[in-house]
Amino acid sequence: MEKKVIEAIGISKSFHDPITVKVLSDVSFSINSGEFVSIVGKSGCGKSTLLYILSTMDTSYEGQLFLDGILMNKKKDKELAKVRNEKIGFVFQFHYLLAEFNILKNVMLPGLKLGIFPPKEIEHRAYEKLKILGIENEAIKFPNQLSGGQKQRVAIARALINEPLIIMGDEPTGNLDKKNSDMVFNIFKELAEEYRQTLLIVTHDMDFAANTHRIITMEDGKIISNL
Amino acid sequence: MKIKLITQISFSMLYARLKQTTVAAVGVTFSITMFIALLSFMAGLNDLLDNLILNRTPHVRLYNEILPSIIQPIDRMGVNSGTYNFVKHIKPKNDLLEIRNSEAIITALKNDPNVLGVAPKTAVPIFYNVGVINLTGVINGIDVDAENRLFTFQDYVVEGNTIDLKNTPNSIILGIGAAKKMLIQVGDNIQITTNEGNRLQLKVVGFFQSGIEEIDKVQSYATIATTQKILRKPASYITDIQVKLYDMTKAPALAKSYNKLFEVQAIDIQTANAQFETGSSVRTLISYAVGITLLIVAGFGIYNILNMMIYEKMDSIAILKATGFSGKDVNAIFITIALTIGLVGGALGLIFGLGLSALIGQIPFNTASLPTVKTYPINYNINFYLIGAIFSIITTYFAGYFPSRKASRIDPVDIIRGK
Repeated sequence: MEKKVIEAIGISKSFHDPITVKVLSDVSFSINSGEFVSIVGKSGCGKSTLLYILSTMDTSYEGQLFLDGILMNKKKDKELAKVRNEKIGFVFQFHYLLAEFNILKNVMLPGLKLGIFPPKEIEHRAYEKLKILGIENEAIKFPNQLSGGQKQRVAIARALINEPLIIMGDEPTGNLDKKNSDMVFNIFKELAEEYRQTLLIVTHDMDFAANTHRIITMEDGKIISNL
Repeated sequence: MKIKLITQISFSMLYARLKQTTVAAVGVTFSITMFIALLSFMAGLNDLLDNLILNRTPHVRLYNEILPSIIQPIDRMGVNSGTYNFVKHIKPKNDLLEIRNSEAIITALKNDPNVLGVAPKTAVPIFYNVGVINLTGVINGIDVDAENRLFTFQDYVVEGNTIDLKNTPNSIILGIGAAKKMLIQVGDNIQITTNEGNRLQLKVVGFFQSGIEEIDKVQSYATIATTQKILRKPASYITDIQVKLYDMTKAPALAKSYNKLFEVQAIDIQTANAQFETGSSVRTLISYAVGITLLIVAGFGIYNILNMMIYEKMDSIAILKATGFSGKDVNAIFITIALTIGLVGGALGLIFGLGLSALIGQIPFNTASLPTVKTYPINYNINFYLIGAIFSIITTYFAGYFPSRKASRIDPVDIIRGK
């Protein structure tokens, strides 16, 4: 059997302001290594909330979350930051590149933070990732000199720099036109199939989801199908 | 490695907001500059004013005072022990102001390791005879060399030379106030009368000006030998022994021990001039208060700019946290920014402070009562620079502390979901 990268057991979460609303109730599922999974559902169904819990950034929930077989509950801020740095790559709807740094440096930052390799090595790796995504020629440009699709590709390269266990995406194609979102999808597909990269993507784009290995459909804070 | 990365990120953020951070740094620079200049100038003035008195005052002065005998003859009888003797209407005894055995005392003092130097003195109250008028005055018989060495006597002699006092027999250096009253020029002769009625002619070889008018009207200087001649006393007759110490703070303790050892009155400088210490410390306090206020105002400037920067950089903070930077790292980034502003601003402030105080030190400052002072006095005390440096770092640290804490507590989910 494949190794479980993420396992969620009985995750529940409520918002209390202004009135108590249960956004997730008793969500359990797992993702194996090498899977390309998408979470779909109407807006407000709790799919993004679930993703932020899985990403360890949101810590106020009930239930258990295992990442790479390790229980994440009750870990300290610093330890969770380390987990995110080492094991999770993020791609958001917005690119969130740092305007003060050039593309190469933006990609390198999580690697520099991890600090396993010397800066020269990290630079080389960042360059490799940019090459995979076909934007190595933009390496010394600054984010404001790039198009939206290019920026999103840089964000993917940044997510890849520490060779994470899993890449999480929150509507990564939400801000892109058809052509660019197809390109981003193809990149994800290539990562999943050629590099056996585990991916978990939240989207409301049904075309996008239809091409992934597994679709988790959510409604009113519950998983209604997991195929 | 980690520190390097954090400083790299901090500097990039600083650089991206160069104008604002420059303004913040200029605030610190300005306040440190003013702090240094203000304190240097104030301390310079303090020293000047204190030295007016302290330079001319011995650290310990040994003298005799006309006092009633503490032990009355009847006490020496010792017959009726256990009884009390009541003696009414005691009068001071007819004792001389002379310090007994002065030569031995001077030798002993000169061998004391605490003592920088000893200058004997003989003070004589006299009258200056001007026509039919007698002006009261005091002639201080001094050892010219010792007085020059210990009390910078030469600095206060505005006309003539102290060497002439030593080399011309029966000569006098007249207080400038007294000289003006008597319409005397250097080279003139004056006549004086002592309390006992002894008359003497003295040649004026110079004028001195202490800066304190009351003193200048009354006092004049002659050699010890001349005063002894005026008084018709032997060469051992000395009324005061002035002692200058290496460490002024030891004066009260030493005065007490000399009082016992030599059986003379001994007064220390702290007791004799308590009011100067008070004045100096209050002035210093005020300058510190003003300087620190300036720094705190600069601190608020840094606080504002950092707060603004954090609002602008919410996205960056969120993504840094999402990609594995902990709250502590984010805190460190903003603290580094604050401290960089503080360090650069502070260092420039120290340099400009030195420059400004040097500039103030060039401004002419002529006053009749201070003959040796030509420009504004400046005290280049390294301590002011140390305090300035430390305070600039402390204030900027605290100015950065609260915004940084806020930044470290930003929840990335709030930011990312809000888009």
